[in-house]
Amino acid sequence: MSRTNRSQVLLHRANYRQRRLRDAAKLLPVLGILLWAIPLTWPATSQDDQAGVGSAGLIYVFGVWVLLIVLGGALASVMRPIIEPPEVEGTEKE
Amino acid sequence: MMSFNSLIAIALGYVIFLFVVAFLAERRAIAGHANWLHSPIIYTLSLSIYCTAWTFYGAVGYAARSGLEFVTIYIGPTLVMVGWWWVLRRLVRIGRAQRITSIADLVSSRFGKSTQLGIIVTLISVIAGTPYIALQLQSVTLSFAVFAQVEGVSWQQTDFNRTAVWVAIGLAVFTVLFGTRNLDANERHHGIVMAIAVEAVVKLLALVAVGVFVVWGVAGGPGAMLARIDASEINLWDQNSGRWIGLIFLSAAAFLCLPRMFQVLVVENADERHLHIASWAFPLYLFLMSLFVVPIAVVGLDLLPAGSNPDLFVLTVPLNQGQGGLAVLSFLGGLSSATSMVIVATLALATMVSNHMVVPLWLRLQGSQQATISGDVRHVILLSRRLSIAAILALGFLYYRVSGGGTALAAIGLISFTGAVQILPAMIGGIFWRGATGVGAAMGLITGLLIWLWSLFLPSFGADAIISEAVMANGPWGLNWLRPQALFGITDLDPLVHGIMWSMLLNAGMFVLGSLITFPAPLERLQGAQFVNVFDHSNAAPTWTAAAAGAEDLLIMAQRIMGSNEAQAIFEQEAKAQGKAGYLPEVTLDFVERLERELAGSVGAATAHAMIGQLIGGSSVSVEDLIAVADEAAQILEYSNRLEEKSKEQERTARALRDANAKLTALSIQKDAFLSQISHELRTPMTSIRSFSDILREGDATSDEQGRYAGIIHDEAVRLTRLLDDLLDLAVLENGQVVLHEQTGNLSDLLDRAVRTSGAHDGRLTILRHRPDEDFNLTADLDRLGQVFINLISNARKYCDAMTPELTIKVGRSPAGTFVDFIDNGSGIASDNQALIFEKFSRLTDGSKAGGAGLGLAICREVMQRLGGDVAYLANVDGGAFRVTLPPAKNMAELEET
Repeated sequence: MSRTNRSQVLLHRANYRQRRLRDAAKLLPVLGILLWAIPLTWPATSQDDQAGVGSAGLIYVFGVWVLLIVLGGALASVMRPIIEPPEVEGTEKE
Repeated sequence: MMSFNSLIAIALGYVIFLFVVAFLAERRAIAGHANWLHSPIIYTLSLSIYCTAWTFYGAVGYAARSGLEFVTIYIGPTLVMVGWWWVLRRLVRIGRAQRITSIADLVSSRFGKSTQLGIIVTLISVIAGTPYIALQLQSVTLSFAVFAQVEGVSWQQTDFNRTAVWVAIGLAVFTVLFGTRNLDANERHHGIVMAIAVEAVVKLLALVAVGVFVVWGVAGGPGAMLARIDASEINLWDQNSGRWIGLIFLSAAAFLCLPRMFQVLVVENADERHLHIASWAFPLYLFLMSLFVVPIAVVGLDLLPAGSNPDLFVLTVPLNQGQGGLAVLSFLGGLSSATSMVIVATLALATMVSNHMVVPLWLRLQGSQQATISGDVRHVILLSRRLSIAAILALGFLYYRVSGGGTALAAIGLISFTGAVQILPAMIGGIFWRGATGVGAAMGLITGLLIWLWSLFLPSFGADAIISEAVMANGPWGLNWLRPQALFGITDLDPLVHGIMWSMLLNAGMFVLGSLITFPAPLERLQGAQFVNVFDHSNAAPTWTAAAAGAEDLLIMAQRIMGSNEAQAIFEQEAKAQGKAGYLPEVTLDFVERLERELAGSVGAATAHAMIGQLIGGSSVSVEDLIAVADEAAQILEYSNRLEEKSKEQERTARALRDANAKLTALSIQKDAFLSQISHELRTPMTSIRSFSDILREGDATSDEQGRYAGIIHDEAVRLTRLLDDLLDLAVLENGQVVLHEQTGNLSDLLDRAVRTSGAHDGRLTILRHRPDEDFNLTADLDRLGQVFINLISNARKYCDAMTPELTIKVGRSPAGTFVDFIDNGSGIASDNQALIFEKFSRLTDGSKAGGAGLGLAICREVMQRLGGDVAYLANVDGGAFRVTLPPAKNMAELEET
C-alpha cells in the first residue's frame, strides 16, 4: 500500500518537470509577441531625421528570432518526445 | 554569360530532376523503405512551401519599399510554430484521429459532417488561392524575362503568356502524376513531399548564396554591410503599428488557414513528434530565408539604376555583378519556390473541390439508385480530382491573363492571405469551443467572405475595374458607410488593416452570435465533443444507431472507393479481430464507424458519411442517443469522482477490517490464554480440595488439623463457586435473560455499600469522595449497579501500583447523562490495551496476583448496557480511570410499565 503511494509521488515528480516544460513551451510565443511588440515604441525614421533605429533595429528583430529558436530548440530537446500515457493527459486540465 | 537557351535547358533539367526525385521517393515508399521519408527534417522542409516565389523575390522588393515590415510575414509563422503546443498539436491530433483530408474537411467534419460548410470553405479557399497561383506564374515568367533581357530580347505580352501556359501545364502534369496516384489523402504523397523538400533546400541555398555574395562579395563584410544599411535610403522603420501588428496576425493566421499549409502541416504529418523538431527548425528556416533580405535590397538599390524593379533584385544583383552561375542558382530558387507552392496548393484545392463539390454533386445525381450498383466511384473521384487540378491551374492562368500580370498582381499576396484567414474563427472556434455550431460557422464564413470581397478583393483589381471610382469614394447608392475602404465611416486606416480588422471582427462576431442563438444537430454535438476533447482519449460515441447493411454491400462500396486490396485488407483485419474466419466481418457499429473514417480519408467526412448512410439506411445518431452519451466531459468527471469516492470507501472499509482483525487476533490469543487460565483456576482449588479431602478420609489428622483442612476445602469451594457464578452471570447477561429489579435509592449510600463490600475500607486504598455531589436519588437495578461499583473499586485496589494507592470517586454531569468517575493514581492502562479490557476473557497481567479470571469488566459492561448506561475507560487521564455513565432518569410512565 505505502509502496505504491511512494512510487506515485516519484512519478509525479518526474511528470512535474515535464508539466513545467510544457508551461514554458506555452509561454514561449507570448514572450515572442512581447519582444516583437517592442518595435512599436521606436520612433519612425523620417526623411529629414536620419537618427532612426537603422541597423540596430534590424539586429534587434533578428536577435529576438535567434533567442526564440534557441529557447524552442532547448525546450524541444528536453521535453519527452513520447506521446504521453493517457492517464497523465487525462488528469491535466487545459 | 549564360545564354537564354541554356537557361531553358537548365530549368528543364531541374524539372526532370524533380520528377526523378519524386518518382524514386514514391517507389521507395511503395517498396516499404519510407522510413527516412518520415523524418522530422523532411517534414520541416516541406513546411517551406510557405515561402513562395512571392516571398523569395518579393521580400527584397518589400524591404526596399517598406523596410523592416517584410519580416512580419515570417514572424507570424514563427510564433505559430514556437507556440505549437497551443494550436498545432491539437490540429495534428484531430487530423489523425478524424482522418482529415483538407481544411474544408476539418470544418465540415467538426460541424456535423456538413456538406454546405465544406462547399463554403472550398469556395473561399479557391477564390483566395487562385490569385496566389497566378502570382507564382507571374514570378516565374518575370524571372525568365530577366534572362531574356540580358540577351537583349525584350519580352512582349505574348511571350509572357506562352511561358505562363507552359509552366502551368508542366505543374499540372506533375501534380496529377504524383498527387493523384492513390486516393487516400492520408496515405500521404511521398513523391511530392520529397520533391518539395529538395526544392526547399535549393531555394534556401540560393537565397543564402546571393546573400553571402552580397555581404562579403559586394559590401565587404557584416560591419561594412551594417554601415551601408544605415546609410541607405531605405526607411527601415516606418512606425505604423496597425500594419506591424495586423500583418503579424495575418501571417500567423494564414499559416494555419492556407489550404496548402494545412496540407503539409496536418494532412501530410506522419508523426506528431515531428512537431517538436519543426517547432524550432522551421523558425530557423524562416530566419535564414529573411536574414539577407535587407542587405540584398540595400545593395540592389545602390548598384542598380534607379527605377529597376526591386522585386527582382535577387536575380538582377548577381547578373549586374557578372555572376551568371549565381543568378542561375537564384533563378532555380525562385522556380522552386513557385513550383512547390503551386503543386501543393493545387493539390490541396483540388482535393477540396473534388471531395466537397464534385463528389457530393455526383452522389446526389446518383441518389435515386443504390450506391452499390453504380460504376467505379474510385475512378470517378480520381478523375474529378485530376480535372480539379487542371481547372484550378487554368483558373490561375486565367487570372494572370485577366489581371495583365502587372503590379496589381503583386499587391494580391496579402489580400489573398486575408481571404484564406476568414476560415480562422470557424476553425479555432471549432477545435476549442464545444458550443460552436454549424450555423454560426456558416454565418461567420459568409460574412467574412463578403466583407473581404467588398473591401479588399474587388478593389484590388484597380480603380474602375470592377468597383467604380465613384463607389470607392462615396459608397454604393450613396451609402457613405459602405465605402469599401472606409466601412462604417472608419477612415484613415491602411486599407489592408481596415479589411483585416472588419472582416475578422464581423466574421468572429457572427460566428459567436450564430453559435449562441442556434442549437446544434446531434451529430454536430458529437463531433464537437470529439474535436474539443481530442486529448481525453474518450471513445468515439457511435454516430450510427443501426448497422443494417450487409458486410458484402459495404465491402463492394469500400472497394470502389479505396481499391479492392486496401478494402479487403481492412475487412479481413476486422474479421480477424472479431475472431471470425474468412473475409467478411460482422457488421457492428464499431466497424461501420471505422469504415466511415477510412473512407473519410479518401473522400472527406461529409461524403463518407452520406455514402455509408445510403447503404445502411439507418438513421444517424438521434437526440436520445446523444442524451445517452450525454455530456462526455461531465461523465468523465463524474466517473472519476465516483472512483475516488469508491476508493476512499474501500480504504475506510479496509481500515475497519484491519482493526477488527487485529482485535480478533488479540482476542483469540486472549481466549487461549483464558482457557488455560480457567483450567488452571479450576484445577488449583480442585487439587487442594482433593488432596485435603484425601487426608481427611485417611483420618490420620488431629481434630485441630481437621478443622484447618476443612476450612481450606471450604475456602477453595467458595472460590470455585465464585468463578462459576461469574461465568454464569456473564452468560446470562449476554443472552439478555437477565431480569432487572428497579429500585430507587441514594447514590451516596450505594457507593458506601460498594466501598464496604469491596473490602476497600481496610486502609490499603485511600478513597477520596465529594459527598454533596453524590447526594441524589436514582432509579435503576441498584444491586447490579452496586456490583459494577464494587468491581471497579476492587479493581483499583488490586491493580493500582502507586506507593500510596488512592481512588477518587467523582460525580458529574455531561450531555450524555450523569456519570461517576473512578480514577486511581496508578500507571493506568496502556493505550493499545484499552480496547481490550472490556472483552471477556481478557486480563492484562497474570491472574495469580489478581485472583480473578478477567471477567469483571466484561460483566460490568454487560450490566451497564442492560441498565441503559455505559462504562468506559477514560483515556486522557493520569492513572487508571473508568467512567460509569448512569442510566438516564426514567419518567413515571415508563416506571409504571416495568
